[in-house]
Order: sequence, then structure tokens, then C-alpha cells
Amino acid sequence: MRDSGNILLLALLSDIHANLEALDACLAHARAAGATRHAFLGDLVGYGADPAAVVQIVQRHVGQGAVVVQGNHDAAVARSSGVSSESAQDAIRWTRSVLDPGAIAWLASLPLEVREEQRCFVHASAAAPQRWEYVDTPAAAKKSADAAGVPWTFCGHVHRQTLFFEGPSGRMTSFNPVPGVAVPVRSARRWVAIAGSVGQPRERDPAAAYALFDSDRERITFYRVPYDHLAPARKVRAAGLPELFRWSAWP
Amino acid sequence: MSVQTAGERLSPGQQIDDFLVWEPLHIGAQGILYRATGRDLPFPLLMKVPRLQSGETAESLLSFETEAMILPALTGPHVPRFVAAGDLSRVPYLVLEHVRGKSLESLLEDAPIPPPEVARIGAAVADAIHSLHRQDAVHCDLKPDNVILRPDGEAVLIDFGFSWHARFPDLFAEEERFAAGSVPYLSPEQILGVRGDPRSDIFSLGVILYEMATGELPFGMPDSDGGLRQRLWDDPDPPALLEPAVTPVLQEIILRCLEPQAEHRYRSAAHVAFDLRNPAQVPLTDRATRMRPGNFITRAGRWWKAHVKPLEAPVLVKRAIHAAPVIMVAVDTTHASDERQPAILQATRNMLSLSDEYRLVCVAVVPAPPLGSTGAEGDAALRVEHLTRLRSWTAPLGLPNQRLSLHVLVAGDAASALVDFARRNQVDLIVLGAPRPKQQPLAWMRSVASGVTAHAHCSVHVVRVPERPPPPGTTAP
Repeated sequence: MRDSGNILLLALLSDIHANLEALDACLAHARAAGATRHAFLGDLVGYGADPAAVVQIVQRHVGQGAVVVQGNHDAAVARSSGVSSESAQDAIRWTRSVLDPGAIAWLASLPLEVREEQRCFVHASAAAPQRWEYVDTPAAAKKSADAAGVPWTFCGHVHRQTLFFEGPSGRMTSFNPVPGVAVPVRSARRWVAIAGSVGQPRERDPAAAYALFDSDRERITFYRVPYDHLAPARKVRAAGLPELFRWSAWP
Repeated sequence: MSVQTAGERLSPGQQIDDFLVWEPLHIGAQGILYRATGRDLPFPLLMKVPRLQSGETAESLLSFETEAMILPALTGPHVPRFVAAGDLSRVPYLVLEHVRGKSLESLLEDAPIPPPEVARIGAAVADAIHSLHRQDAVHCDLKPDNVILRPDGEAVLIDFGFSWHARFPDLFAEEERFAAGSVPYLSPEQILGVRGDPRSDIFSLGVILYEMATGELPFGMPDSDGGLRQRLWDDPDPPALLEPAVTPVLQEIILRCLEPQAEHRYRSAAHVAFDLRNPAQVPLTDRATRMRPGNFITRAGRWWKAHVKPLEAPVLVKRAIHAAPVIMVAVDTTHASDERQPAILQATRNMLSLSDEYRLVCVAVVPAPPLGSTGAEGDAALRVEHLTRLRSWTAPLGLPNQRLSLHVLVAGDAASALVDFARRNQVDLIVLGAPRPKQQPLAWMRSVASGVTAHAHCSVHVVRVPERPPPPGTTAP
């Protein structure tokens, strides 16, 4: 159902990190909320124990017109290197070992950035997508928005839901969205939305994070979706993956 | 942007989306208000169209966007009902309820207004502000122009173009070049660029009360930066100096709203409304009888801070607006030795220990003596007697007067009297005792506790004393 001129409700899913249960929970939530299209903002794999299943689901959505961009973990799996820490590197090696060559080639082929109409999709900063800079300050958001040159830049990488917006003087301000509250994001100014992480939210709340963008009414709503987060944790342990993610610290 | 631009006026009868536009009702710097019809709603409409021309474009656009974001999220009788918003990139407009009533500005023509009237109107405005604060919003531009009094006496706040809402991005953040708000009513922290503190609205309310009571503005209409900053450190002339009719209580309330430092002001607009409605309960400080600006040393200290120390905006602590609730405890002063009394006192103490911002209202209901048996004098004596009992009941709590008030209600139906009092005074929580276990279950149905629980507008904490097992060796009769 590719009809980019007439998107009604776009689900923004980022940093899934091979967490199948979290992805399922967000997709079900988005379906119930009436999502008509999906954008996967990178880091489909890495850390979690279900890279193959996650890749399959995303590929299926792409077949139906979804947007997907490459994240640093996807690139690292494709190149078999490139993440900073030793344990992340272990996870990358493991991920390569369980993915078939077709999936690895597909991850390698993903674009760093997708633009359509007034929207820019990128994993990190649109200023230099391949450098994986964190958009975690108003200044970084400003650089990304300037490079994108469109009203809406949607990204991930920073595992924390944030909405940056530009004032009339050109300065960016950061806003911590309240889950479930639709925020008007008029195209008259520029916005950088960080959807949060589906598979590995960094806030103390283990609920999966994603956002819905209503292009017709120019509104964005950030969501937190609780699910059985101990199930993927058990899989990570069973696979012998490094527990970067402090599952056990969660309630 | 292909919006309707420079000087373009809408012509009467023009259709915009679902609405027909009629004559302009008000032409302001930020926008034009038109009478509008359409959609067959049970209230009159107006359409607000921003002015997108001249040098103020950015500011009117920001205001328009801000109001279009915040107004739809607000509910209740103290804000105009939102109907529709036009697309900013096509025809920007807002359609909302045209609130019928008198602007507070028009009432000020008769200022100074007698203190009881100032208290009545002021309490209505404070109710409206409290209702807004409870919805996580701060008005940030309160002035008489932005308050409409409905014929039934309720106040409605209008114009949310500079407002702040905890759940939405603040488009005015870091836009220092716009001194958002109206200069005479701005709080000191707003002058320093801090937005989103509900106590800023309490300062503006203080300016409005001052203006109603004296006909003057406490800090005039400063046109210089120094004049604007005067309120960071100075006290205004006490209202009673300008208008001798101003009572010590009213002066106390007004000057407490106008404290330069937010933490010295009222913590909640509901507390202001409470004091305006219950003048006999307002603890008076030196503010009440002051006949010239307060303590010289204090003002000099504030002046030094405002001038010599580098001016920094105080860090805005994102305070929960609900952090200063009013707790009401119903005390049975007729049966002072009732075994439930210590339990109710303990429950009250537990609640108060959660925050030193809680305010306690103690209420005793005394049955009306049979008609003609006593007369007014006897009635007054009864009140004084029960007030004294209330005072000794609260003594163990050790609360300062500013956090405590005592009330004796003479009424036949205790439950209705308590419920009415709680509603009128914006109480957030009622604490009262349950009937004794032995009396249950029939006693519950007839008890004050059940009546209050069923009809109160707020939460009710019912204190129950567990039944003690009979001492060993005794047998039930």
C-alpha cells in the first residue's frame, strides 16, 4: 500500500535490537492505534537474541511500502566490525553467526537516509549519517535539521524519546514528550523526533518505546508499550550473549 | 507561506471551512476576533485570526501556535470551549466559544472597588486559575483584559497565546527577545525569562487584586528596563495607603501574592481563594498593617541581589502543580473523648507529613440549637466554644497559622454541610471518622461518613478504629 502522498498514521520504530517480543508488542499497539505505514529507523539487530525473526518482519513490512534505514549495529553486522565496545562486538559476531547470508547482504544494502516529501528518516544525525553522532543536544538536533532541510526529521540511536523543535530565532529546544499525549508538530517549524528504542529503552522503564506520526493532522504521539520483557532477557541468557542490557535490574 | 496576509480583512458573510465570519469584535496587536457561526453548537462562536504582517509576525505566529496547541487540551467552565483550528499553512484561525459576560477590565473603571467585592471577584478569578493549574497549565499572561466574568459570577480566562503546558513543547522557551506577557502584570521570574511556574500567575493575580482594590498598578507601567526590574526587589506601596478602605486582611492577601520571591507567595491559587472567602481565618503578619513598603534591610538585600549579583534566571524547579493541596478534617467537637479522635488525629498527621506545603482546614459541625432557644448571642458563644475545642484538637499537630484554619459550621445535616464547605473551598481531600465497628452495618448507611463519601467532589479518607477483642475472661453479654 505504498502511497506516500497520503500517509495517515506512520509508526516510527527504532533500535529494535533483535528484540522480537518488544517489536511484536509495538506492532500490535500501532495496529490497534490505526497505523497505516511503518518506518524502521535502524539498529534492527545487535544485543538481542532474535535477529533473524526481526529481519524477516521488517523485510515483510518493506515489501508493503515501509521505510527502513541502516543503523550502526546493522552496518557492523554487515561489515563484521565497527561498534565500539568489546561486548557489543561479541554480540555482532554472534548475530552474524545466526543470520543467513541473504539477511546480512540485505542489512548491508540498507540506505543511511531516506527522504520523502517533507520528511527525513535517518538512524543518527542527518548531518553525517555514517558517523553515527548522537542527537542528544539541541545543538546536535539543529545540525541534523539543517542538513535534512525539511520540517520533520525522524531518528533513533539515542534510546530516549525526545522532541526537538526550532524557535523563530533558529535555536533548537529539547522537550521530553509525555507518553500518549498527541503533540502538534506544525510544518511551519522544524522538528527532530527521537522515537525511543523498541528493544532496549534506556530509561528505567522497561516498556518498549515507539511513536506515531499523523501526517494529515501534523501531530506526533510517543508511546510506551509494556510487554513481558523477561522473555527476551531469558533468550539473551540462553544464547550466551553479553548482558549489556541490565534486564535483571528491572522490576 | 501562502497565508492570508497583510491587511486582508475577512468580509462579513465570508465562508471559511465550516464557518461563516461576521463583523470584527476586537482588533488587537496579535490578531482579530470575528463573530462567527456554523456547526450548530449550543453556544455563540468567535473566530480568532492571527495578524501575520508587519514586524510582529513571529510573535503572533508563536502565540497562535501556542494557543492552538494548549486550548484544545483544556476543559471546564473557566476556559472558552475550543471548536476548531485552521491549518497554519493555509488559513490560520481558531474557532472557540464566545464567552458572554463582562471583562474584568470594564469593572476596573469603577476602581477602587469595595473590599468585599474585590474578595468575591478575586476568589472567582483564583478558582479559574486553580482550575487551569490543576490541568498542568500556567496562563503566563493574566491581566484584567484576559478575564471575563460570567453573569453567574464565575470567571473565565481567555487568550492562551503565551501560556505554558507541561505536556506540550514551550514554543517561547529561549525566546528572550519576546517579553511574553503584559508588563504591569508580569512576575519577577517571568522578567528573568522563567516560564511555567504556577506561582507567576499568583503574582499576576496579586497585581489584579491590587488594581481592583486601589485603582492603581503596584509597579506602574514601566517603560525602562530598570523600571521593569523594580519588582525583583521592591515592595509596592501598601494598598491601604492608597485606599484607606482596604482591610488588613485584604492587604495581607494582596501583598503575599506580590512577594518578589515566588517561595514567599501563596503556594496555590486555591489557597488565595480560600483566604478571600474566609477573611476571619487569615493569619495576619506585618504585611497587613504596613503603611509603607516593607523592611528596608530586606529590600536593600533584594536590591543588592538584583543589581550587584549577576542576574541569573532562577532554575525552574518543575514543581508539581498539585503539590499544595487543601486537606479538610472533620472533627467531632461534641464528643471529645471519642476513641476515634486519636486515630483521626494520627491519620491527619500522616497526611501532613508528606509535604510541608499541605494546608489543613479543620471543620466542626454543631447541630443548630432549637429555634428560639438561644438567639444570636448564644449562637456566637457556641461557635467560640467549639472553635476553642478545635484549636486544642489541632494543637498536637504544631502547624503554623499559615497552614491551618478552623471553622465551625452550625447545621442540621452534617454530611451536606461538610460536602458543601469542601466544594466551595476547593478542598482536595476530606478526612473523617467511620462509625464505630459495633454500630455497623446499619450505622454506616446513616453515618456522616457515608453521606460525605457518596456526595463529596473530592477524595475521602475514612478513618476506622479496629474493634479490640474483649479482654480475656469476659464473656459477651
